[in-house]
Amino acid sequence: MALGTQDRSAPAPPEPPPDRAGGGRKGSKSRKGLAPYLLTLPGVAWLVAFFAAPLGFMFLFTFYDGTIDIGYSFTSDWPQTYFEAFTTYDTQIIRSVIYALIVTVATLLISFPMMYWIAMKGGRRKNLFVLLMLLPFFTPFLIRTLAWQLVLSDQGIFLGTLKDIGLLSADFKLLASPLAVISGMTYNFLPFMALPLYVALEKLDSSLLDAAADLYSSKREAFLKVTLPLTLPGVFAGSLLTFIPSVGDFIDAEILGNPNTTMIGSIIRRQLLVNQDYPTGAALSFLLIAGILVAVFLYARALGTEELTG
Amino acid sequence: MANVRLEDVSKAFKSAVAVDNLTLTIDEGEFFSLLGPSGCGKTTTLRMIGGFEEPSSGRIWLGDEDVSGLPAHKRDVNTVFQSYALFPHLSVAENVAYGLKRQGVAKDEIGPRVEAMLELVDLEGYGQRRTTQLSGGQQQRVALARALVNRPQVLLLDEPLGALDLKLRKQMQLELKRIQSEVGITFIYVTHDQEEAMTMSDRIAVMSAGRLEQVGAPQDVYELPATSFVASFLGASNLLEGEIEGTSGEVTKVRLGVGGTVTLPAGRLTDSEGPVAVGVRPEKLHIQTTNSSEVDRGDNAIEATVVNSTYTGVSTSYECATSDGTRLVVYVQNLERSASPPGAGAKVRLTWDPDHTFAVSKARPEKT
Repeated sequence: MALGTQDRSAPAPPEPPPDRAGGGRKGSKSRKGLAPYLLTLPGVAWLVAFFAAPLGFMFLFTFYDGTIDIGYSFTSDWPQTYFEAFTTYDTQIIRSVIYALIVTVATLLISFPMMYWIAMKGGRRKNLFVLLMLLPFFTPFLIRTLAWQLVLSDQGIFLGTLKDIGLLSADFKLLASPLAVISGMTYNFLPFMALPLYVALEKLDSSLLDAAADLYSSKREAFLKVTLPLTLPGVFAGSLLTFIPSVGDFIDAEILGNPNTTMIGSIIRRQLLVNQDYPTGAALSFLLIAGILVAVFLYARALGTEELTG
Repeated sequence: MANVRLEDVSKAFKSAVAVDNLTLTIDEGEFFSLLGPSGCGKTTTLRMIGGFEEPSSGRIWLGDEDVSGLPAHKRDVNTVFQSYALFPHLSVAENVAYGLKRQGVAKDEIGPRVEAMLELVDLEGYGQRRTTQLSGGQQQRVALARALVNRPQVLLLDEPLGALDLKLRKQMQLELKRIQSEVGITFIYVTHDQEEAMTMSDRIAVMSAGRLEQVGAPQDVYELPATSFVASFLGASNLLEGEIEGTSGEVTKVRLGVGGTVTLPAGRLTDSEGPVAVGVRPEKLHIQTTNSSEVDRGDNAIEATVVNSTYTGVSTSYECATSDGTRLVVYVQNLERSASPPGAGAKVRLTWDPDHTFAVSKARPEKT
């Protein structure tokens, strides 16, 4: 006899009584159908007014030519704007992408073990540990980065001490180097990676790890076959949340770097706010957006997490 | 042949002793249940056999091998978890194949074994489904297939039917029993449902507060409970306090505190004198209105007053009180339509066959 034929053939949902299914309910039905959209109205209005519209204006700017002094006029030669923007600043664009990739990998490598430990071994103090990790980020971005400048400075508390005891040569420099910029960014963007990872790790059912052990998996195999696949959505979300703002970041590069570490964010900021060359700034912005979209798409395809995140 | 042996196994957690000096032998091919209320240590015992908890002291033997210090993934046992613990990122077939892959079973052997196992649990054709698309009963069967496909020496089941509704549970009880006799693997089954344990088990170990109360076949633990805990956990316990009067031949007499004497087979008492509690199961009691008939010769009898009666269709249950207030429950099958069943306040006489009398040890105070 079949095991549990009962639960396989679930009873059909009861038919609605005929008198209630008839006409006369159409009005309330369509109102019900609209309700979800009405609820999103404030959010949509906000996005249109403060995100889509400015973005649209920025996009229009890329079809114009000129400066604030001579005025702007439409140009049919707008592809040239994009081309020039890219060829002039390709170094900075590529550098930004490379830095952001390094930062994403570094934050992942640093925060995964840390969040794993908190989620699995934190016990009742889990929330406390997460709070402790987040505590430095209660200070503003700029202050934190300036603090890093002090930490990394040539005669600062860290390098100075090492130099005094002779572990480093006196002319060793950390500040104003790519390493300093990447370190600062890694530090500043850590929570963006750590928190999604924590959420994914924390909701991992520990009985699944028992089951893996029961089914002949060593700790390492259980991690690779169960923990990692089930936390991939967290890795995915964390990577996006880290990579995207990292590419456009300019504060770390300006405070901790040198002219050879300038990132595309600085260039855009300078074009828009200092040089007031809106067409070039806007074109660079859209190149960046396009680049990020392509990168995210490729990443999602490679990781195959569309189903998991969906 | 002994398949699983626990020797003086104890497990202490930070705040409490979960399992206290447990010694058990489970035979090969047996359907063995660990029965007790929540917190009695039955799941901890199971987890120690599975390798998820290490005993604080004592040894665990699996066949001839001492597995006390062996981690779960090196033990030849598999578990059906209470929450099923199916891998949500894998399909039904991948879930079932998981253990075989880890063991390095040849690829061309895995497919047929998974298919055969899905057929055994009546899930053929479900291999490509996601486990999240299945009903509770189906998930339960995937969990069973995932464990059994590895052909372990012992299958551990941790309240596997707890999340199913009553009807499905009854059906699964019979199915589990069928599957067990088909595969011939030792099943160790944890449950708090005494009816479930009695339906399925060859033997039952009743546990309370981390200690073993009694081990035996379902009939033995029900008909002849050894402790007052077992008597009350496996159904209504009608216990009467008394004092041993003496044994003559095959029969021991006990003088009851409430007055009168009852007899029981001599072998059922461990002591030859002193205080004792005797009991009788509710369905073994007969109820008579006091002035009607004589007591059958040799039957035990006690006077009582009906406190209330509940008609449940197939039977009527009476709650009676003796003169000292001890409550006794009587189940009477409604074989005929009784014109005037005794109502509340009626004086009645309860009688039963001395052979149905059991005695419980008073050595240990009752724990609930």
